[in-house]
Amino acid sequence: MIQGIFQYEFLQNAFLTGIMIGFLAPLLGVFIVVRRLSLIADALSHVTLAGIAASLLMEKYFSAMTGINPLYLGMVFSVGGSLFIEKLRSVYSHYQELAIPIILSGGIGLGVIFISLANGFNTDLFSYLFGSVSAVSRTDLMVILAISIIVVAAVLLLYKELFLLSFDEEYAKASGIAAKSIHFVFIIMVALVIAASMRVVGILLVSSLMTLPVAASIRIAKGFKQTIFFSILFGEISVLGGLFAAYHLDLAPGGTIVILSIFILLMVIFYKKINVKIYKAGGV
Amino acid sequence: MESIIEIKNVYYQYEKDYVLENISLSIPKGAFLAIVGPNGSGKSTLLKLILGLLKVQTGKIYLFGQEQGKFKDWQKIGYVSQKANSFNTGFPATVFEVVASGLTKKMGIFKVFKKEHSAQVVEAVEAVGMRDFIHRNIGELSGGQQQRVFIARALVSEPELLILDEPTVGVDVENVNNFYQMLAHLNKNKGITLLMVTHDIGTVSDKVSHVACLNKHLHFHGDTNQFEQMRMEEMSKVYGHDVHLLTHHHEHGGARQ
Ligand SMILES: Nc1ncnc2c1ncn2[C@@H]1O[C@H](COP(=O)(O)OP(=O)(O)O)[C@@H](O)[C@H]1O
Ligand SMILES: [Mg+2]
Repeated sequence: MIQGIFQYEFLQNAFLTGIMIGFLAPLLGVFIVVRRLSLIADALSHVTLAGIAASLLMEKYFSAMTGINPLYLGMVFSVGGSLFIEKLRSVYSHYQELAIPIILSGGIGLGVIFISLANGFNTDLFSYLFGSVSAVSRTDLMVILAISIIVVAAVLLLYKELFLLSFDEEYAKASGIAAKSIHFVFIIMVALVIAASMRVVGILLVSSLMTLPVAASIRIAKGFKQTIFFSILFGEISVLGGLFAAYHLDLAPGGTIVILSIFILLMVIFYKKINVKIYKAGGV
Repeated sequence: MESIIEIKNVYYQYEKDYVLENISLSIPKGAFLAIVGPNGSGKSTLLKLILGLLKVQTGKIYLFGQEQGKFKDWQKIGYVSQKANSFNTGFPATVFEVVASGLTKKMGIFKVFKKEHSAQVVEAVEAVGMRDFIHRNIGELSGGQQQRVFIARALVSEPELLILDEPTVGVDVENVNNFYQMLAHLNKNKGITLLMVTHDIGTVSDKVSHVACLNKHLHFHGDTNQFEQMRMEEMSKVYGHDVHLLTHHHEHGGARQ
């Protein structure tokens, strides 16, 4: 693969996108997991799929749509879905988690309708479902680069507000920060990153890249910054290792990436167990 | 004397029934006011109104002489909520990080953490006697220790007013006294005005300067000497039975439950 990267543009695209996704997804994933919103990523990825299906469908019927990256409409749907979740969360203030299955099933429903209207799609759709090493284009890469820059800048600039909001929403509001606007910015970033991750990991597995590395990290990290650090580290190992394995074994990268992150998670749990045993045996 | 908080004829309803009726209250600078009252008597509601977590419907609230709607200096107010000890205990944050988050508003949006802020955080952690735990995850501490951390978070921005909602729930009995001593110290030596909702009126009565009893109406408001005299009759009016019970460590009354 290393050699291939210098030879083939598609490998460069997949590799560079992988590095960015392996960074962004766990970074936002930390904030999502600690707020117990893990399933939001699932809901939004299905909405993104509906957007992509809509774009592919339109491409089939309107020649004007050909050549337009389906990711754009996927992003529009994802952001729209995130705003809808927020709306529902305030309507059902006592059952906030209800918003997620509503949006998730809505996304699948729409997606299935679009797909059946088109009498099924070709392999293109398959690559959106499970990810692909070869399907990442230069425009995909550029879009994801732009999203990365925006998200990293926003997280750096709003870090303390995001932390406070995640840790203690009521205190955040009482301390007079613009909690609503900051949450709004956050949820839009999540929507964008989910859409961006599609190409490599695929719709069905996006949420695992946002949550599994964080689940492993939380077991061993001291403090929030360290949690972010380990999450990104595990995310990068999973994505790059997974892409490598997928390329050489000719598998869908979504699967290899997720299996690798589950493997890391198990290792961490195992390591923690052993550590506790040693600690106890030491008689401290 | 200058009023830190001025409440004028405030009513509040979540749904149809009024939870608070015609509340007026003035808290002078440097006071240590305890609000007591049975469960569901509107204590937390009153604090949330003051903090702007709930919108004032009828009446007016002034903070530091300014109408609440126009008030911007929220960093002057520290808050320790009733729920503080039911937060997500698995949250991966160190004591340092939690206390540092108390500086968020004071530092301002887009500003990043610097060395001088670290020093302030350490100072606040020391002030509540938690220096040895500063790099521990918050979830690894006992309820009483966590509560100290939340006080430190409220103190780090050097507020002039500290608002606490039942801060000793989940703190073991031996530590409750220590805890109130620490508050009394903050009040006397740092001149911080304190507004606290509590059930431990027996323990705090010698430390606070004013007591108010709330049960939809604000029944009593005065300094502690007056309070001692009126305690019997007033408290039985509020709670509906004898007051001695209050000095025990369980809850009585429950007007709305
Ligand atoms: N979010 C809410 N929606 C509807 N009613 C509420 C809400 N919060 C509190 N209440 C009601 O308002 C009353 C006062 O509650 P609260 O201020 O929490 O009392 P306290 O803090 O004195 O125990 C109670 O009857 C409670 O049931
Ligand atoms: Mg209460």
